[in-house]
Amino acid sequence: MTDKTVLTQARPNPARTVLQKPWLWAYLAATLTFAATSMIAGSDAGSLFYAALTFASFSAIVGIGQMLVITLGPGNIDLSIPATMTLAATLALKFMDTQTALILPGLLVAIGVGIGCGLVNFILILLLRIPPIIATLSASFLYQSLAIWSNRGLRIKPPESLAEFATGGALGIPNVALAGIILATGAWVLLERSIAGRWISAIGQNLRAARLSGVPVNAVRFGIYVNSAVCAALTGFLLASFSGGANLNMGTEYMLMSIAVVVIGGSSIGGGNSNVPGIWGAALFMFLIVSMLNSYGLGAGIRLILTGLVIVGVVTLASRKGYDA
Amino acid sequence: MTSDRLRLLLPMMSLAVLLGAVFYLQPRAMSYFGLNLLFNLAIPVALATIAQMMIIMVNDIDLSVGTFVSFCACVTATFVHDTPLLGYAILATAILAYAALGALIQLRGLPAIVVTLGMSFVWGGLAVLILPSPGGASPEWLKTLMGLKTPLIPIAVIAPLVIALVVHLLIKRSWVGVILQGVGGNERAMERAGWSVVRLRAAAYGLAGLFGVLAGMCLVGLTTAADANIALRYTLLSIAGVILGGGEFVGGRISPFGAVIGALTLTLAASFLSFLRLSPDWQIGAQGAILILVLAVRLLFLRKEAAA
Amino acid sequence: MDDTEIGPGADPAPVVTLEQVHMSFGPVHALQAASLMISPGVCIGLVGHNGAGKSTLANVINGRLAQTQGQVQYRGEDPVQRNSQNAHNAGVRSVFQELSLCPNLTVLENLRIPYRTMPRRSWRRVARQKMQDALDLVFPGHSIRPRATVGDLTIAERQMVEIAIAFADRDREPSLVILDEPTSSLDAAIAQQLLDHIKRFCSAGGAVLFISHMMGEIFEVSTRIVVMKDGKIVEDQAAQAFTRSSIVDAMGHVAPEADTADNGLSRREFGPEIVRAANGLNARAGEIVGLAGLAGHGQAEALARLFFDHAPKWKPAREPEVVFVAGDRARDGVMPLWSILRNLSLTTLPEFSPRVMVDRGREANLVQSWKEKIGIRTENLLNPILSLSGGNQQKVLFARALASTAPVVVMDDPMRGVDVGTKKDVYQMIRDEAAHGRCFLWYSTETDEILECDRVFVFRAGQIAAELTGDEITEESILHASFEMQEAAE
Repeated sequence: MTDKTVLTQARPNPARTVLQKPWLWAYLAATLTFAATSMIAGSDAGSLFYAALTFASFSAIVGIGQMLVITLGPGNIDLSIPATMTLAATLALKFMDTQTALILPGLLVAIGVGIGCGLVNFILILLLRIPPIIATLSASFLYQSLAIWSNRGLRIKPPESLAEFATGGALGIPNVALAGIILATGAWVLLERSIAGRWISAIGQNLRAARLSGVPVNAVRFGIYVNSAVCAALTGFLLASFSGGANLNMGTEYMLMSIAVVVIGGSSIGGGNSNVPGIWGAALFMFLIVSMLNSYGLGAGIRLILTGLVIVGVVTLASRKGYDA
Repeated sequence: MTSDRLRLLLPMMSLAVLLGAVFYLQPRAMSYFGLNLLFNLAIPVALATIAQMMIIMVNDIDLSVGTFVSFCACVTATFVHDTPLLGYAILATAILAYAALGALIQLRGLPAIVVTLGMSFVWGGLAVLILPSPGGASPEWLKTLMGLKTPLIPIAVIAPLVIALVVHLLIKRSWVGVILQGVGGNERAMERAGWSVVRLRAAAYGLAGLFGVLAGMCLVGLTTAADANIALRYTLLSIAGVILGGGEFVGGRISPFGAVIGALTLTLAASFLSFLRLSPDWQIGAQGAILILVLAVRLLFLRKEAAA
Repeated sequence: MDDTEIGPGADPAPVVTLEQVHMSFGPVHALQAASLMISPGVCIGLVGHNGAGKSTLANVINGRLAQTQGQVQYRGEDPVQRNSQNAHNAGVRSVFQELSLCPNLTVLENLRIPYRTMPRRSWRRVARQKMQDALDLVFPGHSIRPRATVGDLTIAERQMVEIAIAFADRDREPSLVILDEPTSSLDAAIAQQLLDHIKRFCSAGGAVLFISHMMGEIFEVSTRIVVMKDGKIVEDQAAQAFTRSSIVDAMGHVAPEADTADNGLSRREFGPEIVRAANGLNARAGEIVGLAGLAGHGQAEALARLFFDHAPKWKPAREPEVVFVAGDRARDGVMPLWSILRNLSLTTLPEFSPRVMVDRGREANLVQSWKEKIGIRTENLLNPILSLSGGNQQKVLFARALASTAPVVVMDDPMRGVDVGTKKDVYQMIRDEAAHGRCFLWYSTETDEILECDRVFVFRAGQIAAELTGDEITEESILHASFEMQEAAE
């Protein structure tokens, strides 16, 4: 035993000392793609930036929820995000029924759906002791069915003023981006300054040691899974309002996106170490790379392939040998 | 041995119960033709489940099985049909790519979930490139093979059992299979005994690739055409099948017969739900619910086993 | 084994020779100038306290660790390849305490894993036969079926399988078998079978390196005894040259200090009983309660259960009832990504922070004061915890728990890898804290630590075998209670 501890301790971690700020790379990549895209397309850089901020904010919000889940350590991933988004958006839009007066209650409905989904996820994880991936995946099929049932293939429109808010902006910054930035700031404060943030990180590094240090493990994990579902619900609400209605496939691409922004943003996929600013950098990058490939005239196939390769590449580069062991 | 048999009992019981329920609802299903229809897609699902089992055997999870099978189906419906040599070369390369992924995951200590999730986009993208819209055609020999009229029991029932037997001999009986299972059981012990875990993990992933390719080919043989999203459900189905069949997520505890029976049960569950005249809205949800139910029952089962 | 008739003296070439071998992990010298020659036909008993370097020596011999200096020479092989390959070729095999079986495979399949060149045709029959033979040879009358799944076996049976695999007939005959505490989970009769087999094996020309804390076993099987202390081989002579007490002396005795500690402690008054567990474990306020016995006899589990029964899983506690000091730092204690500061303050965060946010001013003060109090050697508390030596990491874990106001402190063998100076400081700190009314539950594998306690529960096979107080707490009585079954069998 002693030998082993001594060995790990003798091995320094050069990656951390060189890359003091791992999120810098996400912003660097985003900047480069931004430059490349605006040069090739010749389009207006300002409008590209505005669009990037808008679309990135959806990825960023789900990404924040997913990041906190991933911080809990290996095996913790929320795969129910797309279904939760769709369900929350569908139910909230149906509830509001295009009436402006019901916007706030509608938002509460979306958040309530998020809390419910998070609750179900965590109950499955805790009571059935199913690995979180499988628990969230199988629960997501229930949510999906609920969404199909309540949606009935119709495109439910958001209230007029909500759509205006979601597509509008202030001071050259889209409203949805403002929401995303506020949430990111909140997540940063939570992780870096609060007691709960310490607990989250401790659980991610070593669940057993965290328990033995008096961390209320179940309460923290519960909060994180509910938070992830609420973030997804909120994104679904905003995205549906932004794009003129809820539809059944609206969440699909956010399954990979939520994980991608976490990984590219410099958070450790092994848990314990998360990186809030990186989420935004990665979200911008993920949007810009798609629009860059679009402006090159490349099709959906190539885009998918490159997105996948970027993820695998980033995970490979960010890895340190032996961390999984 | 006894605990292994106990593990097989649950999937066999759930299959029997479902089959009984289906026959009760639709007595006409109790025929050669009826069985063939009930288990229509059992062969590709069983093969995909075996592919997933190879990955779970070495303590990983493959989230790209669905898109990989779709990709293989697209290749089969286009290249293998039109220019067989090139087609088979592509499929062989795909298997090698799978093996290389396994080696990469081991060498760099990567989380398999994220790598395979990323790869699912690569396979999906390739499938879209090959077949932007549904189409293609099945090679004749595959169509003939899948439509084979076996005596007494339809091929849709026989073939999965044959597959299970072959995999059982390969994984549970041969020394190669034993060594591969050892990786899931105690990776450090394998390293200490001088085995290259990189090679072993690559082999397990390569086998998964092989069975994924077979699943895609059989799927095309049955449906006679392909599209890029043809097998997306297989990711969940395959994981569920392995677990339903008594497999564990960690520890290298897997059972080929269990996995195939799990796959058959899930195929049957879909047929059962349509017999129930359940609205299609609820079909996906019902599958999720069945999965949750099975995991819950299994928990009780294993608890009892631990208590005994 | 009959076909291995070499006979003592027929083959004088030693199986393995170590010359001035050094082994260091960073600043820690686990092995210093170790020279050892193991010839066919001898059984070497290797003794020493925990951390004396026994396991490191064994790992150098079996090639798992590459020595940092010196020569390791195996029989008949040119040292061209890696040591592990040389050791394998020379027929060196080892059985360690951590099980190296695959629980998902059957017993006979587990033989296939180290036996890499097993004939491939009908290998199952071969493996089954060889496994059956090996088990019959070492443990006659056993009831283990080669086709049983290892996961279904008891711990003792798994240990037996592992030992049998080490002695099994494979591509090469075993020339040297290293056994590290092989009898720890075997009952007396089975342990005796193993000892008998070792004697048979050595008289047939095999060599055994036998690591054990049990003196009776060491004297029974060893032809030579090697004593280690602080990474050095301090004695290496024929077994007849030793007595129990001369071995204990060579290992380093700690009696004088214990005497003074005992006298000081036993006169104190204790408060009300504040801990009582179902298994009979109890403690009073201000008391230092020791959990003794052989390693792995349920002490750590008892402590963990006690902690988990009283620790919150849902509600954070501003005034925790119990805190935990981990001994297995990597598994139970250290947060490897964090700084010293964050590691130290983890348990007490809700105690010193008034609300949901971390009060960073108070955190810095608290950590700074504990750095001085417990003497953590670092220039900057924001350095990563892993930059500290093992002993200093352990101090951080002590401070993490002691900084809390919890009335009960649970310690799971917390002195592993801690140097003597630190130990003395920590003993003093524990005594002071106890004098202020804190209660300590202290599991230790080291007798000198147990002698610090007011009351001692000796564990055997998961049960409390004896409760000792005051003057009853002596090395002899603890050993007696831990070994009762084994001793009775002799």
